[in-house]
Amino acid sequence: MANTKLMGLFQDPEQAAGAMTKLKEDGFPVEDLDVYSGSPFPEGSFGEHEPEMRLYMFPLVGALVGFAIGLLWTAGTQISYPLVTGGKPLLSIPPMTIIMYENTMLGAIIFTVLGVLFESRLPRRNLGLYDERITEGYIGVIVDCPEERATAAESALQGAGAEEIKREEG
Amino acid sequence: MYYRRTLTDAQINRELLDVVFRTPMWWVVIVSCLGLIVAGAASAFGFMMNQGLGVTGLQQPIFWGFFITNFIFWVGISHAGVMISAILRLSQAEWRRPMVRAAETMTVFALMTSLLQPLIHAGRPWRIFYWVFPYDWARGIWPDVRSPLVWDPTAIITYLTSSSLFVYTALIPDLAIIRDRSTGWRRTVYGILALGWHGNPRQWKLQGIAGILLSALILPVFVSVHSIVSWDFGVSLVPSWHVTVFAPYFVIGAVHSGVSAVVTLMILMRKLYKLENFIWEEHIDAVARLLIVVATAWLFFFWLDLVFALWLKEEQEMTVWHLRLFEPPWSWLFLAFIVFSYIIPVPLWMFRRVRRSFTWMLWTSLMVNVGMFLERLIIIVPALMRKGPWVFTYDTYRPSAVEVTLIVGSIALVALLLMLFSKFFPLIPVWEEKEGQKLIDEVKVGDRVIPALVKEH
Repeated sequence: MANTKLMGLFQDPEQAAGAMTKLKEDGFPVEDLDVYSGSPFPEGSFGEHEPEMRLYMFPLVGALVGFAIGLLWTAGTQISYPLVTGGKPLLSIPPMTIIMYENTMLGAIIFTVLGVLFESRLPRRNLGLYDERITEGYIGVIVDCPEERATAAESALQGAGAEEIKREEG
Repeated sequence: MYYRRTLTDAQINRELLDVVFRTPMWWVVIVSCLGLIVAGAASAFGFMMNQGLGVTGLQQPIFWGFFITNFIFWVGISHAGVMISAILRLSQAEWRRPMVRAAETMTVFALMTSLLQPLIHAGRPWRIFYWVFPYDWARGIWPDVRSPLVWDPTAIITYLTSSSLFVYTALIPDLAIIRDRSTGWRRTVYGILALGWHGNPRQWKLQGIAGILLSALILPVFVSVHSIVSWDFGVSLVPSWHVTVFAPYFVIGAVHSGVSAVVTLMILMRKLYKLENFIWEEHIDAVARLLIVVATAWLFFFWLDLVFALWLKEEQEMTVWHLRLFEPPWSWLFLAFIVFSYIIPVPLWMFRRVRRSFTWMLWTSLMVNVGMFLERLIIIVPALMRKGPWVFTYDTYRPSAVEVTLIVGSIALVALLLMLFSKFFPLIPVWEEKEGQKLIDEVKVGDRVIPALVKEH
């Protein structure tokens, strides 16, 4: 059976937190609940699901990729047309480290941003169930539930004081 | 930092996004004037390309003049933007909120402008591609990675890419706010740029982590970039340039000029965009206190540079310093530089009334940047004049009208880019201001009620 998504709009964060508590008490799994807000609230303000993230992997991988590119670039360009100067070793390590360092940092930063986007599940093609009032200070409490439980979810949101309830059929 | 007025989310949206949705006449006038100046500078550049570098004041033996000075100047300005933003984000300083976006944006535009300077200086900008691609395709001879002229673009492109990503990442929630208030094509464009942002706890958490993680990653880049720029000079054998102190001296000088530029920018923003509810005396006061420390640290490195030269009594070094300190016009420029960069502003900043005066802070911060431009000019040109023992015919450098036009054009370009940015994006992070409003409270201590900040640890 198709799922239904419901969004209750609250002006007061206390009411939104109350709605989340009620929904959890009514047996809606916390993973199926979400909260949209126009600015960050302290973690756990709405008793929301604590997601698992692996952001730390991204800068590490990016740094390794950047370092490898830096090494290939600096060593590769010197080896590709060897010009020995004054009998000194062909690969000049100190200046190579400068470029390798910059590439390492660039790789780490680019991958961090990619990681933030990936972990934030962005980009998304369409907004889905959403309301513009969220960026005006409203809180949206989202419930993703089977069709037959939609009425229970709606009454929980209503009971908590939702100003409006929006629905999207899955 | 104290919040004087409690604002609702809707009020914050309205006040900070005013110029995005409405085009005031003053904005059109300023942008038109700046556009004209930039067009004038572009024409001067076209003239220079057509006629050759002979239309500049560059001549044997001085081949680094205003353009390279301007390159160092704008790289310096770009430094404080991300530095101040990164340090304040890392330390979770509450007063960062109104300044981070403008500072970061200034970094991006100042860096873009600085990158233009070597292109202009080359006289034939297309030749710059030899920095990146083999200059002899047939035999595959690549640019020499041992040259600072390859380190420079590597470092600056790293910094520019990082700063742009830094700005964009923190801008995403604000793009969603503008998307929600727009209609038609604007909604489509902002919708694409906002990437489908909803603002769920996962996204907000990552936004917070991104601010701290990117700050931590970008700070070492910031230090490396101006160090590398200083090695353009330091690894050469030119007297008075071949010194080990140049890297920290350049970095701290960059911070001095950059933080001053942030002060100038904030005061102008406050006046033009009517941001009195967001930028207060306390913000300027805090930055001015930081400036006293930075300026004094910079003076220490300047003193080191001077003392090391005098201590060695190396003749070439001594003659360059003699030229800088005692021979006009350099002696006059030197006096102006030290007076503008330190002697006038720093003692003034000791007074609370000055630190909290927008007028005083505007003029003193502008003065610092005039001084710091002169500092770079004095570092570069006298050293290249090749005056030494038994040299009796040496000439000074006189910038031409073309060079002066291009310098003025570069200032107008940064201002123009900032004005255009402010038309499409908020210069103060809207979501950060909203977050700040949530964390304020008042605490009663004895008979006093004092503003307080609620924070989780």
